[in-house]
Order: sequence, then structure tokens, then C-alpha cells
Amino acid sequence: MAIGHPGNAKRSLFYSARFRGILYQVVVVALVVALGWYLVHNTLTNLAARGIATGFDFLGREAGFDIGESPIAYTPADSYAHALVVGLLNTLVVAALGIALATLIGVVVGIARLSGNWLVARLATLYVEGVRNVPLLLQLFVWYGIVTSLPGPRQALNPLPGIFLSNRGLKVPLPEAHPIHPWLLLALLGGFGLAWGVRRWAIARHDRTGRPFPWMLTGLGLTLGLPLVLFLAVGAPLAMDVPTLRGFNFAGGGTLSPEFAALLAGLSVYTAAFIAEIVRSGILAVPAGQTEAALSLGLSRAKTLRLVIMPQALRVIIPPLTSQYLNLTKNSSLAVAIGYPDLVSVANTTINQTGHAVEGIGVVMAVFLVISLALSLLMNWYNAKVALVTR
Amino acid sequence: MIGFEPHDHSPTGIAAADVEEPSAAVAAQPPKPPLKLLGWARENLFGSVPNTILTLLALWLLWEVVPPLLSWGLFHAHVTGAAAQCREEGGACWTLVTERHRLMLFGVYPYDQHWRPLLATFIVIALLATSTLRRFWRPALLWAWGGGFVAIAGLMWGGFLGMPYVETALWGGLPLTLALAVLGIALSFPFSIILALGRRSNLPAIRALSVGYIELVRGLPLVSVLFMASVMFPLFLPEGVTIDKLLRALVGIMLFTAAYLAEAVRGGLQAIPRGQEEAADALGLSYWRKMRLIVLPQALRLVIPPIVNQFISCFKDTSLVTIVGLYDLLAATKAALADPEWRPFFVEGYVSAALVYWSFCFFMSRYSQWLERQLATGQRR
Repeated sequence: MAIGHPGNAKRSLFYSARFRGILYQVVVVALVVALGWYLVHNTLTNLAARGIATGFDFLGREAGFDIGESPIAYTPADSYAHALVVGLLNTLVVAALGIALATLIGVVVGIARLSGNWLVARLATLYVEGVRNVPLLLQLFVWYGIVTSLPGPRQALNPLPGIFLSNRGLKVPLPEAHPIHPWLLLALLGGFGLAWGVRRWAIARHDRTGRPFPWMLTGLGLTLGLPLVLFLAVGAPLAMDVPTLRGFNFAGGGTLSPEFAALLAGLSVYTAAFIAEIVRSGILAVPAGQTEAALSLGLSRAKTLRLVIMPQALRVIIPPLTSQYLNLTKNSSLAVAIGYPDLVSVANTTINQTGHAVEGIGVVMAVFLVISLALSLLMNWYNAKVALVTR
Repeated sequence: MIGFEPHDHSPTGIAAADVEEPSAAVAAQPPKPPLKLLGWARENLFGSVPNTILTLLALWLLWEVVPPLLSWGLFHAHVTGAAAQCREEGGACWTLVTERHRLMLFGVYPYDQHWRPLLATFIVIALLATSTLRRFWRPALLWAWGGGFVAIAGLMWGGFLGMPYVETALWGGLPLTLALAVLGIALSFPFSIILALGRRSNLPAIRALSVGYIELVRGLPLVSVLFMASVMFPLFLPEGVTIDKLLRALVGIMLFTAAYLAEAVRGGLQAIPRGQEEAADALGLSYWRKMRLIVLPQALRLVIPPIVNQFISCFKDTSLVTIVGLYDLLAATKAALADPEWRPFFVEGYVSAALVYWSFCFFMSRYSQWLERQLATGQRR
């Protein structure tokens, strides 16, 4: 590596690439450390001047504020840590549902853009170009405005019996609690496990003998059939908890709050436009010759798509899809603008009440980093499974 | 091919033409059926049964959506009058825009001084328009931008030539959105190049710092970065030093955008063949001259489309400063709707703001596609 001439050892030290590399690194690291120390020092001085203690002790104190909706039990008497967990769960719920919904819409729109049907392709293009060029926050405001300007509970829209749409959110009937429910869930999981086994066996046999087996239909039948049989066996208990108007609001049934509904709609519709483009480019990336070759082998259109096009398109689709899923999860933090109690919103309230800005933001950052890493790992694992195996 | 009668499309017709006409090569080409409107519709809309069903579904959807939309937004819309009139007669209330567009466009900037942000907006748009043309891509453009920024800052702040001083807390609307987007990109660009070079460096400590920064920031939502900027930046500074709210948001956007831009630039750096660097080394160029003269000019040209995409993202993301209490275009629109009299017409207000955002973003995305083709022709041999 050293460029220095022999016999010029004294000068060559500074001209040695290795020495200069080390020097640069030491200087840069020293600068970064100095900057960090300066910022931390200032922060500590400022906090001391304002009489704010540092540390995470505040997490154990009573939160004292209410949270509109929560998947777990929560009262204002619970601790800040508990409130933050509620916020995190709310974030995860909206992100998980949003990802599922956005993928569904995105795949449909992406395929529609490639449709041979001129009208359908144009409509899909209109959707994509219209949605992705407008800020998500603006769309959220519109969704929230629409949901909250629905009529009140007394004039609630009633599109289907038992379902009420009003400015208090969406009310749906829920089945009444029954001892069979956990068993139904178990049967569903068991059926899914059996289906997985059938799939493995079918693929192994196909690889060995070349005889195909309709594992998809069989698997679907097993997954849905097992709980259904159990459900019918115990006499099909169909008692429903139907929401009814009582006073100024509904009682009973399940609720989708206006904030949640607006956030979910906004996130899915916005992200779906990006996913549609990813799906489209993924399918276009598969050379037309592949389709022609598959058709000339006598595969049907559906089989061509499933066995030839999709496995190759997925390789192109998965990496950008991962980053869209991450974007959706991060964008769920816009909930703070419309009052859905997600993690950022709860952390914001906590910071305002306690003054522990550094710790509160630290918690939010740590949580999002963990979510990002976990989702990346999961998608990388899936990507490795569908990736091209080269010798 | 042009003068063929329809019956010539049958195989026998072509065979006959083959025999009789001397120009066999022309006749042997597959004949094109005449593409009339009906033929086109049969091909593209009613080709098969599922296709026909899809077309009918789409037509039904259009029939359900378009006439009511036109009736609401155009035929029964109001442009002037009072809000009460809109409420009584129904239809879209574009009166909101005619009455309150100045609040929506310029926020709480002093009313009688609105010509200043208006002029500033025109300067930015003129500079942007000039920058789109490759003919103007030369060092003088940078000077023009520098001069433009000085002029805009002077116009917005004022305090001389009889223009009263206006503090940044009163800036708002479209000029603020544009300023945040343009400055955010302009300031983050050099930083992102340093980060991208750092990530590709052979020096482990520098690589680790760059990777750490990029991955950390990309793992965070912009909202939390903006919160951090607005809450923690004042704590970072020595006692007694305050930092402007607008500047805090700008630094937040800059730090955030730099991480994403760095990844785009890295994509370009990775696409440059190793031989280019080795050739530069062989010529005895230093690291910085090698990067400045050989690698970056090629790499950056490759990644102009992703950079423009990042610009679009940044432009849309500036709307998040609404959450930390700045009056950008979205927040100003929200403020215009705060009046209970106008609140029911939020759709009209947001649609107008959305159209402004949409026009900028759509133009930029079309421009990036056009540029991609332009640059690709340069690559073709």
C-alpha cells in the first residue's frame, strides 16, 4: 500500500496510505466524540438549569391521562410505561392491518394497470398518479374530516343489518363469548399446520414423480374445514352481540374509532399506490419470452402466472416492498395529527407532562429501530427463500 | 400496404398479390387490420367475457361517481357569495378559495405585504423552471440560485427599502413549503454525498459512522425527527442561545433527507466500474480529486431520477411541519378552515391544497422520467 520510495523512510510515514488512513479515522472519530460530548454537556447543563432530573424513573409514575382506545386494559392510574406499551400496541395494530390492506389494494391496482382492458388500466393509473403525488398528512385530514362529518349515532348509516356508521366510528356486531372460541382458534391453527404438511408432501412428490397434487385447494379446505366441522359439531352457537342505540351512543358490539378508521384508510390507500407501482414493475421485469415459453409448453394462463411469472417477479418485488412496509409503519406516527393514540402520540403527551424530552424521544427511536430491524429481518428471510439460486 | 382493400387480408388475397405485384416484399408483410374506433373497442374493452364484465363494472363505477362529482364540483358549485348560501343550496363551495386563498397561500404573513411572499414564490418557481433545462446546467446556475436565495431572504425578512421587518414565525403558506423543500434538498445534498462516500470508504471507523447514521435515521419516522428537532435542539445549544423554530424544522428535514439521499447516491457509486477508480489511481489523482473529477460526475448522472424522486418525497414531507406548529401550505389551509363558518367545506379546502401539491409533484415525476430518457440517449452508442 505504501507509496513511499525506499530509502526515504522518514518522509514516507506521512505519505503512507495506511498511516494517513489511521490518522483520518482518529481525527473524524475525535471530532464526532467531541461534538457528542458538547451536545450532551449542553443538554445536561440546560436540564439542570431548568430543574429537570434525568433518568427513566418517571416511567414508573402514574400517567394520569386517559387513552381513547387500547387493546389491553388501561386506566389513567396506570404508569407511564404502561401507557407507552398501549401506544406501541396501537401502532402495531394499525400497521399490521394497514400492511395487509395496502398489499391487497396494491396488488389488485398493480395488476389492473397492466390489464389489457384499456378502461381498467386507465382507472388504475388515475388512482396511482392521483394518490401518490399528494402528501399523506393532507389525505389523513380529508379522511378524518369525512369520518367525523358522518351523521351522529341517532341518524347513523346502516348499510347492513347490525352495522352502524356514524361520527362515533364503525360499530359491528361481535359473536358473544362462548367456551368453544379458543378451540375454534386451535382448530384453525391445526388445520393450517396440516395444510402446510400436505403442501410439503405434495411438493416433495411432485419433485420425485412429477405428478401434481392440488395442495392449495386441499390446504384451504383443511384450514377452513376443521374449525367449521367443530363449530357445527357443538351446534353452531351463533349468538351475536349486536350494537344498539342507547341514549346518545351505541352499546354493545365492536367499535372501530373514527381516528383509527381514518388512519387505516389513509395509510392503506396511500401505500397501496406505491405497492401497485412495485408490483407492476416486478411483473414487467419478467421478460415476455418467459410467458411465451410457458404458453408454448401448454401451461394455462393461470398456471403461467402462478408457476412462471410470479416466482420471478417476486424477486424484484420483495426488496422495495419491504421498504414500503417500513414506510407504512413509520408513517403510522402521523396518527399524532388526528388524535389516534399511537406510540408517538402517547410519548408526546408523556414529554409534555413530565418534561423528560430526551428519554421520551429515546424510547420512540429505540422502538422504531427495533420494529424496522425486525421487519427487515423477516423480509430478508423471505427474500432469501425466493431469491435466485445460482451456482 | 396503404391501398389494400379489406379482402386482401385473407391468405388468398395475399397470395394473389404475391403473384401479380412485383413488390412481393411489401405484400408479404403481415397486414394490419384497420384500427377504427369499433375495432379498437372490441380489441381493448370487449375482447373476452371477463374483459367485458370488467369494462361494464368500470363503466358502472364511472357512471356512479363522475356525474355526481361534476354536479357537485362544477354545475352546482359556488364561487362567490357567503358561506351560508353554500350551506343552503348545496354543491361545492369554492367561495372558500376565492375568499380565503390569501390565508391559504401565505399563512399569517402581514396582509398588506403579501406581494413579497408572492414575488419570492415566483423567483423560486422561475429558478426551478430554469434548472430543469440541461442547457442551463452550468456553474452560473449555482450563482443564480445563490442570488435568488439572497433576494428571497431579503424579501421575506424585509427591514430595508421601506419593507417592514417580518419575523420567521409569521412566514407561512406556499413560500414556506417551497423554502423548506428547496433548502432541505440543497443543504442535505452535500451532506449525503459525504455520507455515501463514507459508506463506501475502506476506513472501517468512517464506514461504521456513516452506516450507523444512515441506518439510524432511516429507521425513524420523520415526525419523531421533527419532534426531536423542536424539543431537543434548544437543549443541545449553550445556555442563552435560542434557535429559530423554522431553522429547527429545516435542520430536522435536512438530517432526515440526507440519509435517504445518501442511499440514492451510493447506488450510483456502486454502479461505476472499478476500473474507473483504478485508472484514476494510476494517474496519481488524490482521493478527493478522483472522486470530484472521475467518480462523482458519472455516479450522480446515473442517479438523477432517484434524486428527483427524493425531491418529491421531501416536498410532500414538508407538510409534516404542520405537526410541530409551522404554517406551511397544509397548516395554512387548515387555519383557513378553522372558522366554524367554513369548516363544513373542508373537502374544497383540502382539494385546493392537494392540487397545488399534486401539480408540483406530478410535474417533477414527469420531469424525472423525461430526464431519464434524455440521459439514456447520451449513453446509447
